[in-house]
Amino acid sequence: MTFSPELEARFAKLLKSYPPGRTRSAVVPMLLYAQDEVGCVSQELIEEVARRCGVTTLQVDEVIGYYSMLHRKPLGKYHVQVCTNIACQALGGEELYEHASRTLGLGNKEATPDGLISLEEVECMGACSWAPAIQINYDFHHLVTPERFDRLIEALRDGSYGKKAS
Amino acid sequence: MADPVKFMVDGQHLQAPAGTLLINAAKEAGIAIPAFCYYDGISLQAACRMCLVEVEKTPKLQVACTLPVAEGMVVHTDSPQVRKARKGTLEFLLTNHPLDCPVCDKGGECELQDMVFRYGAGESRYRETKLHVDEKQWSPIVFYDAPRCILCYRCVRICGEGLGVAALGIGNRGAAAEIVPNKGDHLECDECGACIDICPVGALTSGTYRYKTRPWEMEHVGTICTHCSDGCKTTLGVRNGDIMRANNRDRSGVNDEFLCVKGRYAFDFNENPDRLTAPLVRTNGELKPVSWAIALATVAKKFSEVKAKGGTFGVIGSNHTSNEENYLLQKFARQVLGTSNIDHHRTGDVATLLDALSGRTNALAATADLYTTKAALVVDSDLAQEHPFLAYQLRANWRHHKARVYAVTPGPVREDNYGTGVRAEPGREFEALDGLRSKLAAEPELLILFGAAVKGEAIRQLVAFGDSLGIPVKYVCLVDYSNSRGASDMGVLPDLLPGYHHVSEAGLEPGMNCDQILSAPNLDVLWVVGANPLARQPLAAANAFVVVNEMFLSTETARRADVVFPAMSAYEKNGTVTNVCGDVQKLTKGAKTMGTKSDLDIIALLAKEMRADLGATTPEQVFEEIRTAVPGYQKLPFGVIETGGAAATSPLNGRVQFDPRPELIRPAGNTLFTSGTLGRFSPMLNSVIESPGALYHDPHHRPFIEKGSGQIVTVQDK
Repeated sequence: MTFSPELEARFAKLLKSYPPGRTRSAVVPMLLYAQDEVGCVSQELIEEVARRCGVTTLQVDEVIGYYSMLHRKPLGKYHVQVCTNIACQALGGEELYEHASRTLGLGNKEATPDGLISLEEVECMGACSWAPAIQINYDFHHLVTPERFDRLIEALRDGSYGKKAS
Repeated sequence: MADPVKFMVDGQHLQAPAGTLLINAAKEAGIAIPAFCYYDGISLQAACRMCLVEVEKTPKLQVACTLPVAEGMVVHTDSPQVRKARKGTLEFLLTNHPLDCPVCDKGGECELQDMVFRYGAGESRYRETKLHVDEKQWSPIVFYDAPRCILCYRCVRICGEGLGVAALGIGNRGAAAEIVPNKGDHLECDECGACIDICPVGALTSGTYRYKTRPWEMEHVGTICTHCSDGCKTTLGVRNGDIMRANNRDRSGVNDEFLCVKGRYAFDFNENPDRLTAPLVRTNGELKPVSWAIALATVAKKFSEVKAKGGTFGVIGSNHTSNEENYLLQKFARQVLGTSNIDHHRTGDVATLLDALSGRTNALAATADLYTTKAALVVDSDLAQEHPFLAYQLRANWRHHKARVYAVTPGPVREDNYGTGVRAEPGREFEALDGLRSKLAAEPELLILFGAAVKGEAIRQLVAFGDSLGIPVKYVCLVDYSNSRGASDMGVLPDLLPGYHHVSEAGLEPGMNCDQILSAPNLDVLWVVGANPLARQPLAAANAFVVVNEMFLSTETARRADVVFPAMSAYEKNGTVTNVCGDVQKLTKGAKTMGTKSDLDIIALLAKEMRADLGATTPEQVFEEIRTAVPGYQKLPFGVIETGGAAATSPLNGRVQFDPRPELIRPAGNTLFTSGTLGRFSPMLNSVIESPGALYHDPHHRPFIEKGSGQIVTVQDK
């Protein structure tokens, strides 16, 4: 399996950052970086990471089963993660997730047919001070109300997301 | 650091070597700290939280299974706080547990059941609906019921660390966590069932045993596995004469609790519907069932007639029958039939090794040495396939004692993964050994295990190589089948008497060997006891009267017979067998098949029928005769063997005079999933997808070095 030169460079650096015989430590970061490029953790990717890190594919499977941010199926172009953990829950996170699910017509870890948006209910992402919080890909959005959520989704759909203040 | 460390547990002043884990130190003093995930011989996990104890001056309860004892430590294992913690742990473990004990295979011998009985609470505070996941079948042997699982990781660790297979892992997390197999929905592994037997609960169950019986309905009979030559103790669970299961959970044999798929599950040949249950005599061209009286009389009459007219006998013994049967068979052949034409399927050149080592002490390895030797060299054997226990033991020695293991083989072997692997084309093993010479000579001691490619002069060459290293070297001649070694030791050979005395010492001439017997045109009688020689070579003498002792009619040899005696299996008789390392162990009668007799009884009854006096004829009496008369067996401690232990035969004092005939050495070539003719009759062995397996099998498709390629390659160097 071939990756972009940037990713290959990143992998090469990664494999050198652990003590000898500890290349298995690179499994998690490799999967995370590769997932962004490949779109999901495919079987081919599992085998490739296992080979490069000197572990069995079963050991890679164990990691994927454990970490919820690793996905076996492709997500949307924009992955919307809504926190329903304790602080967000107390400030309307659950209602926000239900709103998102209803308006997008998506269940947990599902993507829209056009592949633009996917939704996930997540545990604490460390933004409790600004609860309820959501994350779109790697960007945080704080103090999200259902109305603000709708505006964000609209921006995702009309292509204006990230181009103007929302 | 103080050594020994002094500390206190439950008011008792104790001491233990520095580094001892609290759970073990307490156990030494008779204080039981309960645990699920802690398991002797595999890595620490600290997953179950059952072994929590109170340590003074430590704010929180401590996990006794990973806590080394410390000087002045004061521990309480039965304080109110500890008891509360144990109750809480068990309450958690039972959160999603189905409590289906009445139908669970493990009921009655379940560690969770026992712990709840002893330490648990009678009720739970959980009112939530239990998570249910359907049971999964991963192979014909392995079933997994996730809700019963307590996630102790014992199965994951025994498979990865013990076997080196690593076919099991953990999927998901939290309440949804469960054991997962390496191929998504199924297993591809050794199918050894170690995961099932090590499971403290009923989460992993076997296709062989599940829903068949309750543990308390069985008698447990410790005997020796009848498949390969490693001599693993297998404890048969027997109900009404039928074997329900086999395991070695009491860790009583040379094999601790190791068993391969054959030892655990391939006992099913015993109840194969094709088992013969009545003697057969050929009348009008067809084999018809007759009474024992008629069959014995028919054979005795024929034997007497042929003997009287000075006819030619040929006797082919077995490498599955007991030492006593082998001994009595050669005695019968030589004394009653007056023939030296006796042989068996030879799978290793034991006689040449004994000759090459004659006069030395400490040059023959006992089974236990595989676990303690500092370094081992395997020459031409795919140990994990052909000698699974020896492979396990070498690996355990590496895991526990950092032993160095070297393997010189034509194909990839499992020892490559942790030792030094050298690929050498067949016939060029010694060149490869020369390449290893400096490394081997730097070892403090060495154990050499060699396969059937090393025979005749090559064995002397190997011993010379061992001598040239200048370090203590012990040898194991790798023979196949459960009692090849015993057949050889007991003189089931045309030129050697029991204990490797040449026949001339008894005033006899050497007789015909196996191949000569089968190709002799003038043979009058062929008697085959527990072997299938006609599978390999046809019988030349068209008119020979053929008598066969067999369990099944469908073997090539039994089909040619004029009389077939239905024989007992090794699991149905008493006696002793000698394993590949020369350790003698006891067979104990477990199962029963109506109508069969042991080969010992058949030989003795034929002698009586012929009015010949064989002397001792019970297993106990014959064993005493062997202990009195057979060199190598004379110092065997009766008590050790009688109580189920293993005792090593002693080396010979003098040279062995014989005709080596290395071309008669034919290895069985069995894999983990085959067992000669016997394996054909085990449905379980043939049902797993890995069956029949291949020698030098390699999932990574590294090269198998062909004869004539001229290559010697080091693939792993550690």
